[in-house]
Amino acid sequence: MIAVPDRARALQRREHPLARVLGLLGLVLLWEALTRTGWIPALFLPSPLGVLAAGLEMLRSGELLAHVATSLQRILLGFGLGALGGVTVGLAVGVWSLAEAIGNPLIAATFPVPKIALLPLLILWLGIGEASKVAVITLGVFFPMAINTYAGVRHADPQLVRAAVSFGAGRWSVIRKVMLPAALPMIFAGLKLGAGTSLLLLVAAEMIAADAGIGFLILNAQNLMETTTLMVGIVLLSLLGLASHWLLARLERVVIPWKDAA
Amino acid sequence: MRLLIRDVSKSFHDRHGHGVEALAGVSFTVEPEELVAVVGPSGCGKSTLLGMLAGLLAPSAGSVGLEGDLRPGRPPTAMVFQEFALFPWRTVQGNVEFGLEEAGFVAPERRARAGRYLELMGLAGFERKYPHQLSGGMRQRVGIARALAVDPAVLLMDEPFSALDAQTRQLMQEELLGIWERTRTTILYVTHNIHEAVWMSDRVVVLSRRPGRVLDIVPVALERPRTAAMLGEPVFVQAVERIWALVRSQARDALREGVA
Repeated sequence: MIAVPDRARALQRREHPLARVLGLLGLVLLWEALTRTGWIPALFLPSPLGVLAAGLEMLRSGELLAHVATSLQRILLGFGLGALGGVTVGLAVGVWSLAEAIGNPLIAATFPVPKIALLPLLILWLGIGEASKVAVITLGVFFPMAINTYAGVRHADPQLVRAAVSFGAGRWSVIRKVMLPAALPMIFAGLKLGAGTSLLLLVAAEMIAADAGIGFLILNAQNLMETTTLMVGIVLLSLLGLASHWLLARLERVVIPWKDAA
Repeated sequence: MRLLIRDVSKSFHDRHGHGVEALAGVSFTVEPEELVAVVGPSGCGKSTLLGMLAGLLAPSAGSVGLEGDLRPGRPPTAMVFQEFALFPWRTVQGNVEFGLEEAGFVAPERRARAGRYLELMGLAGFERKYPHQLSGGMRQRVGIARALAVDPAVLLMDEPFSALDAQTRQLMQEELLGIWERTRTTILYVTHNIHEAVWMSDRVVVLSRRPGRVLDIVPVALERPRTAAMLGEPVFVQAVERIWALVRSQARDALREGVA
């Protein structure tokens, strides 16, 4: 008898729970060890424990919270406005052919402009205060939201629209009960994209013209050659990014419970 | 309520003005409480016909309508779809209540009515499930409950069991007949399965290839309730043969030409 060879052996994927944890931990340990050897000046690479200590000190003094609060305010306002505006426009362009004819070329023409490049213009128009920062974040979130909402609405299953109409649903019912729910997965994809973009634009705006916020903290630390503080800022940003991603994922699971249609 | 289809034609034109004649002069009547099947080869326009009856399309010529008194609040038709067309973001309860929402019923009424049909279709206990958690047979049960819940004058069924495996299909056919015996809704049942059409219906309307015309209307002289044993009876076999004789060469042409 000849045994049948296991042809799929090479394609097997296994869980590596230990490696997942050790990988990250190992990196941090390596980093700490590296800083202790003294080969790299503390100015270039502060030790992780040092960064942690500095962060806790800033937290205790209230400095950390002040910067984080300022940044959060800007990003939440900008994200909120951009998301609201984007979904509304995306919906309108997706539902009405006239709006689509007007809106699509406009969006296609303005979308490729890097929003950071618009910041000086916005400062000129709206001043150096909060308005220009929130505006640039709003713009950065608006586009992925509008485009994704539009795509979500256009790709709503026509069978479902037909079914709704066959049960007597009028235009607004179809929009509310079929197109919007059908577009939700795409909308959430847009929200995740927007979250990343808004963080980027926040930091850029705060580095260019601000006197508070995490971006300012980082730039200021660089000017003063306080690398440890600078690293605290970077860690804060990555924590913010992780938190927003986690929040959106949780929200998605609540809002779109049907998404796991495997 | 009688369903009247009078000399209905339907043409589609694409952007370049090329026309496709889907139906050409189709006429027949469905009497109250009848279960009429419509069969034909691929592309005969059966689904287009149903679309017109459901108010999704307008005929290019001719008319479709109902004769008789339609109680206000009672829609003329409701449809059951081949691919179920359930709203994935609504629970079973939510799906069944959809038509009732559009018909203007308030929440307590909707819940009561939906509850009755959920019970009828064997869906009790599944109210909070989402469609993706259900098997194909269960999903179509929801589709049927959703359509029956609005109490339509005519139930339109577009190959309702074609997406199911053969065993589930057989069981669902029996189930549907049982429910029909109880509700006595008028049903127009589109299928490409001749055995199914004959076994289930009172009469079978046979359509030709595109452009679809009525080739024949074959009565089915089998008693009700229908049983599996009837599948072997001469009356059954002859009806199937008669229909297949009409459809066969048309189906072969459709296959050879390879046009959907």
